[in-house]
Amino acid sequence: MVTGAVVNAEAVWAALGEIPDPEIPVVSLVDLGVIRHVEVAEDRVRVEFTPTFLGCPALEAMTRALAERITQLGARPEIAVIVDDSWSTDRITPAGREKLREAGFAPPPLRAAGATTLVQLQSSAFRCPYCDSTDTRLENVFGPTPCRSIRWCASCRQPFEQFKTI
Amino acid sequence: MNAQLQQILELADDELVIGWRDSEWTGIAPTLEEDVAFSSIAQNEIGHARALYEVAARRLDTDADSLAFDRQPDDYRCAPLVELHLLDWAHTIARRYLYEEADRLRIGALRESGDPELAGIAAKIDREETYHRLHAEMWAARLREEPRFRDAVEELWPFALGVLEPGLRHELARRVGLDPVDARERGSHTPELAELWDVMTEVRRSEPGAEW
Repeated sequence: MVTGAVVNAEAVWAALGEIPDPEIPVVSLVDLGVIRHVEVAEDRVRVEFTPTFLGCPALEAMTRALAERITQLGARPEIAVIVDDSWSTDRITPAGREKLREAGFAPPPLRAAGATTLVQLQSSAFRCPYCDSTDTRLENVFGPTPCRSIRWCASCRQPFEQFKTI
Repeated sequence: MNAQLQQILELADDELVIGWRDSEWTGIAPTLEEDVAFSSIAQNEIGHARALYEVAARRLDTDADSLAFDRQPDDYRCAPLVELHLLDWAHTIARRYLYEEADRLRIGALRESGDPELAGIAAKIDREETYHRLHAEMWAARLREEPRFRDAVEELWPFALGVLEPGLRHELARRVGLDPVDARERGSHTPELAELWDVMTEVRRSEPGAEW
């Protein structure tokens, strides 16, 4: 612990790990890997985080939730929104990927070297989160939120949501 | 206002207004899937506008909402392409296709800009736009031989050129496969913008200074 700090970084990470994603509450913001950095200095805690998509309507809600949780720890929050390409869905933790899959959201494929192509999205390399079949097809690049697509599983005849690779 | 701020506002205004126009298809698109697609694309574009307005607002000592909604129509820097109130699907898809082709070139240029904050945002935007481009490419491939679509692309072509600074237009022409023509430049607005502005800012103007 830094001398004079009211809380240590580990405790902050643990506390932030309890904040659910506002749109997919089965995973926490820590599971999603969107918390980029935690820095504690005396009574001040700086948290850097990245929205999955810039158009995410939950941006304010997440900033508020982070600030409230830090305040509950007895520290002064400083929340910085980092807007660059340094976050990708590759940063979703293994535990986060498993929680997504269990809730019926197919976790995102890893970022390819280049930009995602239509051919890739139409390939059968996407696994149904319900029955594990790869006999799936793209229904819509877009879904209920910017970060999700809709696919159809021909094996268990079930539509499912596919987290987009970003 | 310096040239770079001007450029940020042009881009932000384009994204806000195309987002607004695309959102007009929510609930009335020809298929349910396109309803979802247009709503999602519109949300992304407006999100890009917000991120860019926030950069501009810090540099101009104001806030993003003021830039987005408190200016008069004539103060917006958007290109006429995004202002048009398009009522048929062929024109709507033609605009999406042309806009994405133009947008990818300037976002690519912004990624290379010496301003690290702007380059970072451009990289993030570029990553999200991948999905808009897939949507546009899919439709363009599907409608390529349709006379109504081809006519719409040709009709909107001078407007599409006007989205870009002159230095990037040749590349746009090469990508789209059309010859460069006189561009419909930004700077003066179509009558459609004032109508859009009336609706877009109506709620905010109803209670000036309110916290929403």
